[in-house]
Amino acid sequence: MRVPAATGYLLWIPPRAYPYPSRDPVSTSVGRNVPRKDGIPKVTGAALYVDDLRFPGMLYGRTIRSTISRGRITSIRFDFDTAGFTIVQAGDVPGDRCNYVALLEDDQPFLAAHQINHQAEPILLLAHEDRDVLNAAKVEIEYERDIPVMDAQASPVVFKEIRIRKGDVERAMETAEVIVEGTYRTGHQEHVYIETNGVIAVPEADGGMTVHGSLQCPYYVHKALKALLDLPDERVRVVQTETGGGFGGKEEYPSVIAGHAALLARKSGHPVKMVYDREEDMVATTKRHPSVIRHRTGLTRDGRLVAMDIDVLLDGGAYVTLSPVVLSRGCIHAAGPYRCEHVRTVGRAVMTNTPPNGAFRGFGAPQTQFAMEVHMERIAEALGMDPVRLRDINALRPGDTTATGQRMGDDCSALEVLRTAVERSDFHRKRAEYAGTGKGIGLSLFYHGSGFTGSGEVHLKSKVALEAREDGVRVLVASAEIGQGTRTMLAQIAADALGVPYEEVEPVQPDTAQVPDSGPTVASRTCMVVGGILQKCAQEMREKIGMMTPQEYARLHGPLLVTRQYEKPHDITWNDTEYTGDAYATYGWGCDVAEVELDPVTYEVRPLRVTVVHEIGKAIHPLLVEGQIEGGTAQGVGWALNEHVVMRDGAMANAQLTNYTIPTTLDTPRLDVVILENPSSYGPFGAKGVGEMPIDGPAPAVINAIRHLGLDVRDIPAIPEAVMEVACASR
Amino acid sequence: MDLLEPRSLDDALGMLRQHAPLMPLAGCTDVFVALQFGTETARRFLNIWGLDELRGIDVRDGVLRMGALATYTELGRSPLVWEHLPMLVAASREVGGMQIQNRGTLGGNIANGSPAGDSLPVLAAADAVVVLRSLDGERRVPFTEFYTGYRATVIRPDELIVAVEVPPVEGAQWFRKVGTRAAQAISKVVMAGVRAPRPRIALGSVAATVVRLPQTENALAAGSTLEEAQRVLRQEIHPIDDVRSTAAYRLRVAANLLGQFWAETG
Amino acid sequence: MRFTLNGAPAEVEAPPMKRLLDVLREECALTGSKEGCGEGECGACTVLVDGMPVVSCLVPFAQVRDAEVVTIEGLGGTHPLQKAFAELGGAQCGICTPGMIMAAVALGPDPGFEEIRRGLAGNLCRCTGYEAIYRAVQGASA
Ligand SMILES: Cc1cc2nc3c(=O)[nH]c(=O)nc-3n(C[C@H](O)[C@H](O)[C@H](O)COP(=O)(O)OP(=O)(O)OC[C@H]3O[C@@H](n4cnc5c(N)ncnc54)[C@H](O)[C@@H]3O)c2cc1C
Ligand code: FES
Ligand code: FES
Repeated sequence: MRVPAATGYLLWIPPRAYPYPSRDPVSTSVGRNVPRKDGIPKVTGAALYVDDLRFPGMLYGRTIRSTISRGRITSIRFDFDTAGFTIVQAGDVPGDRCNYVALLEDDQPFLAAHQINHQAEPILLLAHEDRDVLNAAKVEIEYERDIPVMDAQASPVVFKEIRIRKGDVERAMETAEVIVEGTYRTGHQEHVYIETNGVIAVPEADGGMTVHGSLQCPYYVHKALKALLDLPDERVRVVQTETGGGFGGKEEYPSVIAGHAALLARKSGHPVKMVYDREEDMVATTKRHPSVIRHRTGLTRDGRLVAMDIDVLLDGGAYVTLSPVVLSRGCIHAAGPYRCEHVRTVGRAVMTNTPPNGAFRGFGAPQTQFAMEVHMERIAEALGMDPVRLRDINALRPGDTTATGQRMGDDCSALEVLRTAVERSDFHRKRAEYAGTGKGIGLSLFYHGSGFTGSGEVHLKSKVALEAREDGVRVLVASAEIGQGTRTMLAQIAADALGVPYEEVEPVQPDTAQVPDSGPTVASRTCMVVGGILQKCAQEMREKIGMMTPQEYARLHGPLLVTRQYEKPHDITWNDTEYTGDAYATYGWGCDVAEVELDPVTYEVRPLRVTVVHEIGKAIHPLLVEGQIEGGTAQGVGWALNEHVVMRDGAMANAQLTNYTIPTTLDTPRLDVVILENPSSYGPFGAKGVGEMPIDGPAPAVINAIRHLGLDVRDIPAIPEAVMEVACASR
Repeated sequence: MDLLEPRSLDDALGMLRQHAPLMPLAGCTDVFVALQFGTETARRFLNIWGLDELRGIDVRDGVLRMGALATYTELGRSPLVWEHLPMLVAASREVGGMQIQNRGTLGGNIANGSPAGDSLPVLAAADAVVVLRSLDGERRVPFTEFYTGYRATVIRPDELIVAVEVPPVEGAQWFRKVGTRAAQAISKVVMAGVRAPRPRIALGSVAATVVRLPQTENALAAGSTLEEAQRVLRQEIHPIDDVRSTAAYRLRVAANLLGQFWAETG
Repeated sequence: MRFTLNGAPAEVEAPPMKRLLDVLREECALTGSKEGCGEGECGACTVLVDGMPVVSCLVPFAQVRDAEVVTIEGLGGTHPLQKAFAELGGAQCGICTPGMIMAAVALGPDPGFEEIRRGLAGNLCRCTGYEAIYRAVQGASA
């Protein structure tokens, strides 16, 4: 096995390089595949998800939604016997101000009073103790229709515009020897966590409200419920139940469903369970923003980037939700992991009368890096240049600056991932061998900023606590376990930083009555940012307890609670208005090589294998990291080839798992994962973020492999129908 | 929702006559999905899953007879089906996943009558005969006359499909499903073909019902080139756009499938 | 109605058209079987009926009369597949896991790689990309 010695890289080759589980006495746990905290309950069926819970007197809730995309409600008629029902309408929300989901902009109503802005807009809520009776209830709503905006490119409403400027693009473009232009499009993507969105709201005797739910960000929901119910902090409690996948889809949406259940619970005085069926989940909840991205790139004839002019358009859907932040990350990543002195990126997120789009693993970066990497392939083609060489020449190196002017440190690994992936996949040999055979091979180079963008973390002021008790050590964070291994990884960090066995550290269930606000579980920040604060808590605790074990200390002095808050590293600077500076404390780096086969009869592209090389600083738990990489890669391949949201009249027309087809075992390529470690000084034990990056690379690598087959595909999903059109046009 | 539970086939046929309308329930892999989606309005059902008279696969006088309740798993494993109707084995193994293959039945696929049903082109190309029974007795309907329109069949409300019979099939059999993904997929185009002096070709998902292609078959039988036959095929079918695919795709891929069938069985 | 549930005789009163999944979860308090779609696509509700994997969201309760039903709870927690899934990363969010394990049980001992891949094609997992699941199933028979 090749270990690039000079750089101090550790080349880790899964899957079985690490014996698992370790039988050695545990001295340190970081870097080892310790048993997952939630492993046994999940394999025995004992783990409790929200739909597994029942409360005495519990009712079931249902949402009545709009069936038009834009207009006004003119009448509502109940075509059922309302006895035994709890009915909530916009008028039941206390005060106009409260009826908006608190997030970035307060523009999305919990319940539409008059104005309808998308199909699936919630209009009223019903609750009943009998699910069948509830589902049989018919409500007739009449509307006055307006003409909806369906095409983002024609939208008159811009939610957010972002401009990034470096150098002088116009002047530089004039000096370019070659100019390559192109437009690239990506479609909606539905998260398809296998557990749909669901909550149970329980009204408390003191007028407060407790919500148990499947969610990523307990404090987002907490904030939204406080505003909706007009309650103080301590009267609202949000408890995260075991969560069956999130991928961003349970980042902001749970505030909506939690609000709905809470309104019903408040009015009825009973606990109310709302669990969406798959169809409602697909029609009504958020999706990945569709994008249209234009590139105009100037180069020297020998392939050096001279100027990059990039235009990013995201379809935000009917309300702002998180679009500005998605746009921000998208724009920052739009120029890819490349060095170029003259860059201009203009991004807009606009309104359409479709259900709001929102957070999805990668948060804008997959869209913009898809465009960048397919564009790079076209540039290589235009220059008659080897695509690896083009990337190699232009990849960021330590000392180079990004489009925002961020100077790369020694933790920049673009070249290493590129070279490792090319060698490991035997790229050049296969590239020659596949030519003319119906097989193709293509690659993508990408990076992903860890943590919130720019000053995001400063604004968040995340808090983390660690408690020494007689029965062990408890980690108190609001970061949610949604499958990625949060509980395990945080326990490892705390255990090692404190010098205690991993088994003695237990993260508590995220419950706003118990844990401080350590920020949302998003943006690949949990390990690097939350884990970083936790590490400091543990170090402080160690100082306080001296040579004692935490248990001994607690027995002598009572429980010890250490709470720390995020502190901005002093050497990171970011200018929010100019969009310049250190956009992220550090970046992960990745290179994917995809091999595909085209079926000439059906135009189906079969992904055969993806070689994935990720540099992630430090693999706290290699098996978990590998799981993130494999899962994200498969999801990215699905986005590239299979997953087609068919929008008709502003609503998803194929909102069933049978018609929106995520990859099965037979659709998923074999995955060969290599993890490289080049530590960041900002993360605990050198760790960088890992959750999102895996989905940045697969789509462009797959599309570039299709390009190797001679097919000029620039849009995804490249479903067979689309590939056929390209194949027939090029004939 | 009511469910009647007969103890024998005669019992079931009696209930169908007396308590009509009743919707038979076999493996429920179509009915329960329709109930989940709210597209099924029936509320009274007849459980036929336990009727052993509808099971079993055998060959008599060269005729392959498959009980209506034969599941895809049973069909895929049956040596008799392997021998007499290998294209049905191929089709069965591509239905849903293992769980659906364990419950989904041949009779259910036929009665449900989705134009995308994967066994249907096989039965059409094999000139199968559907055996229907009511209290009045049995009748045999050629499969090619079984459908009267989109999900409409000749079954009377008091009848059950009891079996399917397939006379000996001469010539090489061929099957290919083009689904929405590699597994657990609904067909966008599905073709079954028999390469005999007079070839037999059937397509699913290109019309309101499964269809045979008599003109294309004639062209091939008369010695046309493949290209001519493909042209005839393109005239002969009129697929539509839906959430799963497009008319253009179905048309072109159907023609391509004909080419592949011809090349691989030639 | 009588049937065998996880090896023991059971008698449960429930409407005959109720989905087996709901009977297990609501009448029998066995919430290990999960609902991911209710349309037979995801396999999260997979249980064994007379030894064969089926999706319990598409089985009317009446159709398991006198049958043997085994759910994830019936494996007892020490099945080699359960251990392997926990140890080798086969379970991330865990919502697909009970159904995935029940489908894997039906593959029998020591299945080949393509057998595993085909056999699990009726179970969707959005977290793992399936590689860790293959490793777990192979690891269980190692
Ligand atoms: C996840 C999933 C994947 C699927 N994949 C495929 C696939 O790949 N290919 C495919 O073709 N289908 C597929 N199906 C559809 C379905 O499984 C098949 O159509 C199956 O053959 C139906 O059989 P069943 O016994 O379950 O029918 P049921 O649901 O029990 O019945 C279907 C219809 O047939 C009637 N019926 C059943 N038996 C009789 C009888 N003996 N006499 C008269 N009427 C009868 C019923 O009244 C009902 O109208 C899939 C379904 C699901 C849920
Ligand atoms: S819930 Fe039964 S298959 Fe998805
Ligand atoms: S582990 Fe989450 S869906 Fe499989």
